[in-house]
Amino acid sequence: MSFLTVLYACIFYAATAMLVGGLAVKINRYARTPAPLKIPTTPAPTTTGGVVFRMAREVALFESLFKSNKWIWLFGWLFHVSLLLVTLRHLRYFTDPVWFWVVWAQPFGKYAGFAMVAGLGGLWARRFLVDRVRYISTPSDHLMLVLLLGIGLSGLGMSFVAHTDIVAVKEFFLGLMVFDLHPLPADPVLLVHLSLVALLMVIFPISKLLHAPGIFFSPTRNQTDDSRERRHIAPWATKFDVGSGSKSK
Amino acid sequence: MAAPQFEVPKLTGNIEVPAVKEGASAHVRSYPANAVIQESIGFPGGAAPGELVEGWHDKAISKMGDLLGRYRSLQVFMDACVHCGACTDKCHYFLGTGDPKNMPVARQDLMRSVYRRHFTFAGKYFPSLVGAKDLTKEVLDDWYAYYYQCSECRRCSVYCPYGIDTAEVTMAGREILDTVGYGQKYTNEIIGKLHKIGNNLGLPGPALLDTLEGMEEDMLDATGVAVKLPLDVAGVEVLLVTPSADFFAEPHVESLMGYAKVFHAAGISWTLSTTASEAGNFGIFIGSYENMRRAAMRIREAALELGVKRIVVGECGHAWRVAYSFWNTLIGVGAGGEDPFSIELQKQLDPRYPAPQHICEFTLDLIKQGKLKFDKSLNDHRVVTFHDSCNVARGSRMGDIPGGQFIIPREVIKAVVNNYHDMAEETIGEGTYCCGGGGGILTDDLLEIRVKGALPRMEAFNNEVQENKVNFLALICAICKSQFTKVVPFYGFDMSMVGGVHQLVSTAILLENKEEE
Ligand code: SF4
Ligand code: SF4
Repeated sequence: MSFLTVLYACIFYAATAMLVGGLAVKINRYARTPAPLKIPTTPAPTTTGGVVFRMAREVALFESLFKSNKWIWLFGWLFHVSLLLVTLRHLRYFTDPVWFWVVWAQPFGKYAGFAMVAGLGGLWARRFLVDRVRYISTPSDHLMLVLLLGIGLSGLGMSFVAHTDIVAVKEFFLGLMVFDLHPLPADPVLLVHLSLVALLMVIFPISKLLHAPGIFFSPTRNQTDDSRERRHIAPWATKFDVGSGSKSK
Repeated sequence: MAAPQFEVPKLTGNIEVPAVKEGASAHVRSYPANAVIQESIGFPGGAAPGELVEGWHDKAISKMGDLLGRYRSLQVFMDACVHCGACTDKCHYFLGTGDPKNMPVARQDLMRSVYRRHFTFAGKYFPSLVGAKDLTKEVLDDWYAYYYQCSECRRCSVYCPYGIDTAEVTMAGREILDTVGYGQKYTNEIIGKLHKIGNNLGLPGPALLDTLEGMEEDMLDATGVAVKLPLDVAGVEVLLVTPSADFFAEPHVESLMGYAKVFHAAGISWTLSTTASEAGNFGIFIGSYENMRRAAMRIREAALELGVKRIVVGECGHAWRVAYSFWNTLIGVGAGGEDPFSIELQKQLDPRYPAPQHICEFTLDLIKQGKLKFDKSLNDHRVVTFHDSCNVARGSRMGDIPGGQFIIPREVIKAVVNNYHDMAEETIGEGTYCCGGGGGILTDDLLEIRVKGALPRMEAFNNEVQENKVNFLALICAICKSQFTKVVPFYGFDMSMVGGVHQLVSTAILLENKEEE
């Protein structure tokens, strides 16, 4: 087995562990931290079903972002939807036989790569062109976009310019999943692509990419507006109630 | 009025996004609290007002850790922001000053940079990469300046894709500042007065009684009808809790008389309470759960002592937010509690009505039942528009459908006036602009930020004045009333153009003398 194959196998095992472990730690923390007061931003749904619907609109359509700024919405939504299609397309490297709907999604996923790069380009341009956004941008904001652009461009490169040995790549990943190493092609574009993806996985749980799980835990969006109908009290706040009945008793 | 020491923005007819002007409002700071004020609400005070206590660095960091563990909002909001910029043009203080630290995301970043440094992997090992900063005295000074240039109006939270609510961060920031002795004089002094005397103005019982009697006489002279303002009467139907400004300030008193007339006309017995005369609860402004709870508890006590069946809250924005959203949590006013603490109150309160109820909700119910008669033409000298108060619009609700807080006050207004126009769509409802004086900013030492922060609302109002001859800005918040009466003259309007929704009700309502029924 070549050194390269072993190296990348190790990288991906480590990256996966950090991604899953890191996210688990964070999600656990979000879930365990109480939300002591009802703070849904109104007009908020009064039923759980309503909350699920609100959240679905936020996640699928970026409803609030649409209200706030059409340009950010356009670029942001374009990027995320393209990313989803591209990711779905990549499922074929991890499944055998490939599910029918993944086959069906192939052409969309392939061209979505361009839309993804365009969306990222738009988002990056705003960081230079709009003075307010320039003011709030940190180096990591730029680097994150560079990283994603790098992934997108190297991916497009393999799809449309210098094809790589896709069959071998697939065997490598299928093998990886059952701890049976198959050789990885030593194609530079592929190696760049894979390294960047691994890097993305590693920084996911320690960066602003936490917005992905974060949105589901955001009390202003996930709470039901039923404060007059249901008493809502956090464990740490119940201690105040003990022995504090009315004076008039 | 003395000439202001700052430039008053010009009305242009449009709400424009200014260019970023770094430090434009860095000099605007309110007076810090002294040790006596601090200690009266359970926080330490330094040697001089605003001086930090010994060991402040570690105390501040440990308080931050404590809050991160207690409030999911803070923990998630510290992590989830992607610096997308969608909120950057949403804050009225940024629109009025151009100071970039008044952009909600930058306001949050004042805390986020310290959070990163002390609580995250990336900030510990790559601080400059992610914009992480140590907590220094300069950082705390920035917090003090810009956390008291936020009215906690939550407009930014509507537009953030993750619902990040800067008000939550501001509250946490102020709580940490309080913990190290860097509190604000205005807010903390008021909370202290409330705890000690029972209302924000420090108005003692006899003075209150005196004022109410004076108002009864005024109403008798004006209408020939004996409308009562009962105080501390046990066994009545309704306890009314209203901001104490309603007892003496103009135009607030006009609304108080309006509520009294509604009770009178509907024949519903009611009372005010000396010990729970104040609906305002400034505890929310400094994020202090303990102070908020302590302030709310007076209302629970009064309701039990007086044996009322319903609790109604007068025209006040943040007070209604606390009442609607938090009273059930804090003091068990509401349904569904299964602990002895809440059951006691639930046994007493009438389950046919939500607890608490907003005065607009209350009045509209009576209007719909045909229990009130109006002569709308008595308001014909007025062309009215309505300002959705920020805390009602985005922090609470009225009635039983989402968005009821936008519908109900407008229906009340339309039932009593003939001429009504809404301001531009994107400046009302959930997107409403704050008056500029909420959240602990309503103090003369912050006049500059108040005037500048009112700019977007003034633009929208002015457009109605120009186009539709609007001459009355109807409000349901005591802070809005105080803020606008002070600030509209800077924009060339008369302060008599500002008043309460129940002031309009008061003008149009038809009364009869009620003999013992
Ligand atoms: S809560 Fe209101 S005042 Fe504070 S940053 Fe957001 S928009 Fe501005
Ligand atoms: S809109 Fe939300 S995510 Fe975007 S910059 Fe503002 S706070 Fe951050």
